[in-house]
Amino acid sequence: MNNKDLLNLIDITVSFEGFLALNKLNLNLKKGELRAVIGPNGAGKTTFLDVITGKVKPTNGEVIFKGKSLVGRKEHKIARLGVGRKFQSPRIFENLTVKENLEISVTTPKSPLNLINKSIKDEQLNEIDRLMKIVNLAQKVDSKAGSLSHGQKQWLEIAMLVGQKPDLMLVDEPVAGLTDEETDLTADLLKSLSGENTVVVIDHDMEFIRRLDSNVSVLNQGTVLCEGTMETIQKDKKVIDVYLGRPED
Amino acid sequence: MSLSKIKFDKKIVLSFWIILIALIIAAPTILPVFRLNLLGRYLSLSIVALGVDLIWGYTGLLSLGQGIFFALGGYCAAMYLQITSSSEFPNNIPEFFALYGVEKLPFFWEPFRSPVFTFFAIWIIPALVAGLIGFLVFRNRIKGVYFSILTQASLLVFFNFFNGQQKLINGTNGLKTDVTQLFGQMVGSESMQRLFFWITAFLVIAAWFFAKWVVKGRFGNILIGIRDDEPRVRFTGYNPVIFKTIIFSIAGGLAGISGALYTVQSGIVSPQFMTVPFSIEMVIWVAVGGRGTLLGAILGAVFINYAKSLVSEALPASWMFIQGGLFILVVTALPEGVLGWIQGDGPRNLLQRFGLKRKIETYPSLEVNNKEGNNE
Repeated sequence: MNNKDLLNLIDITVSFEGFLALNKLNLNLKKGELRAVIGPNGAGKTTFLDVITGKVKPTNGEVIFKGKSLVGRKEHKIARLGVGRKFQSPRIFENLTVKENLEISVTTPKSPLNLINKSIKDEQLNEIDRLMKIVNLAQKVDSKAGSLSHGQKQWLEIAMLVGQKPDLMLVDEPVAGLTDEETDLTADLLKSLSGENTVVVIDHDMEFIRRLDSNVSVLNQGTVLCEGTMETIQKDKKVIDVYLGRPED
Repeated sequence: MSLSKIKFDKKIVLSFWIILIALIIAAPTILPVFRLNLLGRYLSLSIVALGVDLIWGYTGLLSLGQGIFFALGGYCAAMYLQITSSSEFPNNIPEFFALYGVEKLPFFWEPFRSPVFTFFAIWIIPALVAGLIGFLVFRNRIKGVYFSILTQASLLVFFNFFNGQQKLINGTNGLKTDVTQLFGQMVGSESMQRLFFWITAFLVIAAWFFAKWVVKGRFGNILIGIRDDEPRVRFTGYNPVIFKTIIFSIAGGLAGISGALYTVQSGIVSPQFMTVPFSIEMVIWVAVGGRGTLLGAILGAVFINYAKSLVSEALPASWMFIQGGLFILVVTALPEGVLGWIQGDGPRNLLQRFGLKRKIETYPSLEVNNKEGNNE
């Protein structure tokens, strides 16, 4: 733990009626880092995000974000502190248009009074335009988000995440169900976001992770098995045993 | 295609308004007082239906307890009328108190001597009660069917309490307003009823615009977001508890206004306003009219109630079957309600089915897409 760290997870344990979803998990993230998290099914990847975002309260352990403890805070408070999350399957508001979805994410402050009294600020409208261009949805501004294709929904959700201007972006399986081309574009997009933002990407897709070219943490049975670059990970014997499988003979 | 559609809509909207205003102006002269009074009552019910649409149609909160707030508004109005008209009775308090040996006006009714206080109490008290109940329920993240059960249970609690309080509110007999005086006239008189009709018609339109203002823009979008995916709203940094409390409180206030108008036009407020079936009927009006359309809630409340009175006159006892049938029809065939069906592609699909209209060649959004793609 040092001052440059944005997030520290210290000895996080989550027990669901005796089943340890996370078991003394330790993980530190530097500011501006891009980190990939992989692991077999049931390794605790999603629970790990749930703990950071306040959906699940850890049985034990501490989450420190920007020097503050997140444990026990409500989800919306954590989001306002600067933690944004993209869900595994695209979670967008299907009955609203693309633009309305983005308005919800870029609006600040997020109080009822502000929403009902004032119209959206110009700089926020510009931000929406910028985001729609980045994710290639500029022509879909007024389409219902529910009418978008799966890939476009994924991208809209990423745009919503960026629009929230979080310091920490947690991205859960952003390329599930995307074409190869879309996957590559997403990887480039996430890479370009890191540096300014700190990004955690959870995924199964090895090609995608490799393309991210970042540090990788491998989770297994609720704890960090190994950390390092993709190369180191692939050579690590423990990782090979539990996850990657032996190279094809 | 979209341009012509907008023009078409504008014409419809304009003619709709002209017809509506003409009807409201003409109603008191065309309709006999009995019918006018019925129409006035049903219009006042449409205000509570607007509230139901806000919380259920937009925010996804199915409340089966709107009767509480409806009755509270009614009691506020009725008690004020009883107190101001009680100068001839012993102790200068409403007549019924004497039956139970009460000699002094209960303290909480004291402020209701003031017309100004009553004017605000009619909508603020129900709104506060709704806000309080709502906040406690929403803070504990009770939602879905549990929320519905809880609101219905609250309704029963209020019903039983009001039923048993003879000394405070005349219990099960309720408070009559017919023979009370307002502005030196009998509330039940023809001229007063005509006045109440105007006031109701005006307030329905005002409530409609208010509801439209609430749901337009980002506030309304958050409500829809809460309905469709509440955790997502939370993770985006909004506190759904506050939004839900506000909208539930607004619906409570609307119910109070509605209850007060209904009371003065039907001549009595009683715990019958808090029976379980009545609150469920409110939901049915909105479901049949069209959830999330606002106008559908108004039309649903007025037409279903008018149909109810017409059918009950001709074939007593058959109304319950018709109402049940309507609800089943809406649930199975028109999940968006009648207005939702019209606004969607309902009529077009129906005409297509009978071969009266050509099918659209491609899925509409794809069609638009291609055009835009070609322009690039």
